[in-house]
Amino acid sequence: MATDHEAIAEGPQDPRRRDYLQIGAVAFAGVGVGVIALPLINQMNPSADVLAASSTEVDISAIEPGQAIKTTFRKQPLFVRNLTPKEIAEADAVPVSSLRDPQTLEQRTKAGKTNWLITLGVCTHLGCVPLGAGEGENKGPYGGYFCPCHGSAYDTAGRIRSGPAPTNLVVPEYEFTSDTVVTVG
Amino acid sequence: MSFPWAKHYEPKAPLMKWLDDRLPLPRFVYNAVGAGYPVPRNLNYFWNFGVLAGAALAMQIVTGIVLAMHFSTDANTAFTSVESIMRDVNAGWFLRYAHANGASMFLAVVYIHIGRGLYYGSYKPPREMVWLLGVVIFLLMMATAFMGYVLPWGQMSFWGAQVITGFFSAIPLVGETIRVWLLGGYAPDAAALNRFFSLHYLLPFVILGVVILHIWALHIPGSNNPTGVEVKDEQDTVPFHPYYTAKDGFGLGVFLLIFATIIFFAPNLLGHPDNYIQANPLSTPAHIVPEWYFLPFYAILKSFTIDFIMPAKLWGVLAMFGSILLLFFLPWLDTSPVRSANYRPVYRWFLVALLVDVIILGYVGGAEPIARNIIMGQIASAYYFLHFLVILPIVSAMERPRPLPNSITEAVLAKRGGTAPTKTAMSGGAIAPAE
Repeated sequence: MATDHEAIAEGPQDPRRRDYLQIGAVAFAGVGVGVIALPLINQMNPSADVLAASSTEVDISAIEPGQAIKTTFRKQPLFVRNLTPKEIAEADAVPVSSLRDPQTLEQRTKAGKTNWLITLGVCTHLGCVPLGAGEGENKGPYGGYFCPCHGSAYDTAGRIRSGPAPTNLVVPEYEFTSDTVVTVG
Repeated sequence: MSFPWAKHYEPKAPLMKWLDDRLPLPRFVYNAVGAGYPVPRNLNYFWNFGVLAGAALAMQIVTGIVLAMHFSTDANTAFTSVESIMRDVNAGWFLRYAHANGASMFLAVVYIHIGRGLYYGSYKPPREMVWLLGVVIFLLMMATAFMGYVLPWGQMSFWGAQVITGFFSAIPLVGETIRVWLLGGYAPDAAALNRFFSLHYLLPFVILGVVILHIWALHIPGSNNPTGVEVKDEQDTVPFHPYYTAKDGFGLGVFLLIFATIIFFAPNLLGHPDNYIQANPLSTPAHIVPEWYFLPFYAILKSFTIDFIMPAKLWGVLAMFGSILLLFFLPWLDTSPVRSANYRPVYRWFLVALLVDVIILGYVGGAEPIARNIIMGQIASAYYFLHFLVILPIVSAMERPRPLPNSITEAVLAKRGGTAPTKTAMSGGAIAPAE
């Protein structure tokens, strides 16, 4: 019998050596599968050309107080809004502790430029473009932005006040390169 | 696997004998949908819908492959290529309308098929695996339908992709990374369109594979029937062919008549005019809604507006997926030994209530998010979960079912005003309900 013969010839060490080979072979194949899977998964991440288009310059000289413009940043809408003193006062009057995502207007704008509210025009719920940046659009009950998809309402600082969105409108990284030009990204 | 009295395939022509010895494919078909598969004699027209779903899948695959010959997967030309299919490609309008409405017909038929399973207890032992595979098929269909809807690259396509991939951003910590990975960018664009096309072409064949498993799993215990009583002997069954091939053929004719009416007279009835506007990443349509077959689930998603331990957004997404994943547990939530709701006087009415509830959810899913609709959606969503998680187990335990017939044949003959043959009455006397 083959098994008897092996047992005699190789002794009690035999199953261990075989297990070692089997585990080694399977593990080697497993590592191979993992290594092959990596590029197959990573190919779905944003490609170099998508990542390259990742900063935008915006000329804000023509935006009067109370007006806003829509432009794009990384293929997403970007809202640049020149707040009126009344809108700033409204935003400052809200007790921060009562907010879902507590932030002050100062934290969401640059020092000395609190009238410039620059946010992504992407509702933090499921990504619709909120209304309120265009002339005559519905600004919602808090005077900021209103998302028509599921009814999230943002205030004049772009902070979530009611509806299903979890967080405030995202403030991207940006800086004033001059008094009239903002570089986003 | 089949009943002992199933007919056996006997090839007569020499060629068929030769083939049967080498590749018994005709034997396989004969046993699956031919005279070799004995089926309960009392199936009603609700049992047509499985075959209709199979026919709808076949039609979707055929029209889809042909459309892919004319469709451009580039984000700049996808929309115009669809318009070119509508205007320039020979019979292109017909193929596209057949494919777009074919999806609705497929989902409609499958919803009736699921409803049939719920009413007649087709998910109960020994058919749990048939049900589980069916839920898998349903999930795959939803993914396929969603990705197909993105391809024309209209406004609803784009914003549908934005909202649905947005579900994944609700996952704590890694959500946004997953969303960007799925899209291949920060918003739906060329990369997303290409991969959705690739997967939209792949998934129907995956569905086909699971359908084969679904039918395989069904043929082990055999089909359920309107009484829910198991087949006891030969007089309870008839061969699938010619009896149910004929009946399914008639049903298919009616199905095609309705399908053709929609294609030729109301091809845009179920669509949205906004999808004839090219995708614009800077402008969300004023009223964004999914296709009709997703509305009840969309209503559940919209019903969560207040943070409670976790963010409202995460609750909404979990509840929406949960409402479908719940169906995987149905065979174990319903513990009643009686299958057919015809013999379950209490459960039957709760099933009607569930149907009304789902219709209300469908309405809310398509309605504007004003306070009245949100409250209605919240109540209806709560009831949906209540039905499966609370009502169903309680009713199963408390309900006193009506007496079951001793056999399928007895039920059939009693309906016809005749008397049950003594053989059946005797043989069925000692058998517990539906086991």
